[in-house]
Amino acid sequence: MNQLEILRFALRGLLANKLRSSLTTLGILIGVAAVILLVAIGEGSSRSIQQNIQRLGANTLTISPSFSGGGGGGGAAGNTGPRTQARQLSLADAKALTDKTLAPSVKSVSPVVNASSQTAAYGAAGHAIAQFVGTYPSYFEATNKPVTKGTYFFNDDVLAARKVVVLGQTVVEELFGAADPIGRQVSVSGVPFTVVGVLKEAGSTGMQDADDVAIAPLPAVQQSLSGFGSLSSIVVQATGAETTTTAQSEVTAILNQRHGITANNPDYRILNQATLQETVSAATGTFTVLLGAVAAISLLVGGIGITNIMLVTVTERTREIGIRKAIGAPRSAILGQFLLEATLLSLVGGLSGVLVAFVGTRFAIAGIEPVLVPSSVALALGVSVGIGLFFGSYPANRAAKLRPIQALRHE
Amino acid sequence: MTSPDSPAPVLRVRDLVKEYGDGDAKVRALRGVSLDVERGDYVAIMGASGSGKSTLMNILGCLDVPTSGTYLIDGADVGSLDEHQLAILRNRRVGFVFQSFNLIPRMSALANVELPLVYGGVGQAERRARALAALEQVGLSDRVHHEPNQLSGGQQQRVAVARALVTAPALLLADEPTGNLDTTSTKDVLQILDRLSESGRTIVLITHENDVAAHAKRVIRLVDGEIVEDRRQAPVEGVPPRMAAL
Repeated sequence: MNQLEILRFALRGLLANKLRSSLTTLGILIGVAAVILLVAIGEGSSRSIQQNIQRLGANTLTISPSFSGGGGGGGAAGNTGPRTQARQLSLADAKALTDKTLAPSVKSVSPVVNASSQTAAYGAAGHAIAQFVGTYPSYFEATNKPVTKGTYFFNDDVLAARKVVVLGQTVVEELFGAADPIGRQVSVSGVPFTVVGVLKEAGSTGMQDADDVAIAPLPAVQQSLSGFGSLSSIVVQATGAETTTTAQSEVTAILNQRHGITANNPDYRILNQATLQETVSAATGTFTVLLGAVAAISLLVGGIGITNIMLVTVTERTREIGIRKAIGAPRSAILGQFLLEATLLSLVGGLSGVLVAFVGTRFAIAGIEPVLVPSSVALALGVSVGIGLFFGSYPANRAAKLRPIQALRHE
Repeated sequence: MTSPDSPAPVLRVRDLVKEYGDGDAKVRALRGVSLDVERGDYVAIMGASGSGKSTLMNILGCLDVPTSGTYLIDGADVGSLDEHQLAILRNRRVGFVFQSFNLIPRMSALANVELPLVYGGVGQAERRARALAALEQVGLSDRVHHEPNQLSGGQQQRVAVARALVTAPALLLADEPTGNLDTTSTKDVLQILDRLSESGRTIVLITHENDVAAHAKRVIRLVDGEIVEDRRQAPVEGVPPRMAAL
């Protein structure tokens, strides 16, 4: 018995009921396309979130003061020993972190003061800058803020407390419009600052406009705007992606010692970019799995559609099966024919589903660029063929097992 | 009936019993039928409806299995064959013609006749040649590409006969082949069967019409699942009686 003949019989059987076959195929098509597309959307959104995080800076730790720990009652820890008051972060803390022997994984340390909502003015134009940052030059590299026009400021400027400033795009547009801002003086809360550079446009991350920012040397800001008090935060850049965790423990050790923290309730917080990324990855991963699961259900429904149609087909063609058996069709030929019919339905549906998904991933859906995951294509296609074999085998077996006389008597 | 030194008969049936249902609802369709059919014979099995003739036919065609008793085709014990061997047997040794034609719809006459050869694993070219030859034998050379619903009842039955013949089976079984046909078509089909018998093919047919039975060389009458009459109308080697009369 030729395999090709069985294939011919199967094709003939499918073509005899074109509408029914194509509707069944449609069920699988939708299932497969949904799996691939939704996984691609999940992957796309996950990547765009990752990119946004990366934009915040690579391999950085952001240390900020926390008021819940340190000098509090120490309630949860139940610490009965003498406690020091919660301490703010100081410039001395930042200096201590640069110690190469105690913190070999730290590449640079940038103390940061934030003077929020400072009004800058240039001529008649005025603008309230959301974030006015006083820091060291290493801040630019650590937080991934390159300059497109002009220059950064340098260590000299910091030592001399020169009043120079690097502006974000939004601030430049608000104050200067199309004019070149380099070398001009803007007055921030009455203090004149010379513009030396313009930051590359970062785009908005969520609610905050990352371009509504101005960066100036730390002592200049402290002198004129924020005063020589505590730091808002310290940005620490690790030597590499692998050393961020080591750097975090080194920083923790130094700060614990300096702040006299013994129990597990420090008066500062460390935000690890890598940890954040991992957390977000895990979250978006769950999201992708969820989308995939919903799509998989539709694939399963498509599979049940195949079983249903094959059962109807077998019932409808019981007499034909009887005739075929009476003239000597072996069980394997009948089984092969119906199994092949089911597999063809799911294979054609699966392939066209992949095609639809390929076309679909070319377009941005709900603002997300879908990213095709090759493994999801292979999986969806494999599962669809598997479904054909699995869900087709029951009706096919039933057809093949019929005794010729039972089948012939069937009306 | 058969002398002990003659070659193995095409059919040998011994104490065939077939029961349907269980307990009180049990029906004995066959109550111990024994029968030999020699090569080249033309046997008509007659009986009223419910006499068990169709049950006997289905068992002879290997479509059904007997409750007890033995059945040999060409000396091979059918009861000892497995499913696959049975399929081969149905394909090569037996040609079956049904009362209701049982052609596969939406397949041309040629494709229907080719079908047993497809399952028999015959190559495409040879298959086509043999199917065309079989269709010519039943006088349908001009209808090979018609589908069953484009053919008259008589033509459909002739296609069915061609399909039964195409594998050159040892035995041709016909279950009331003229039951659904008008008189002209009946004449055509019976003529074909007569010619086949004349050329030496073994034929067993079921009928309840005396006119049809008159074509056979031997008539067996069944009543309530038992053979009550076994009458020879013409010798095994020879022409069927109606042809001789012409």
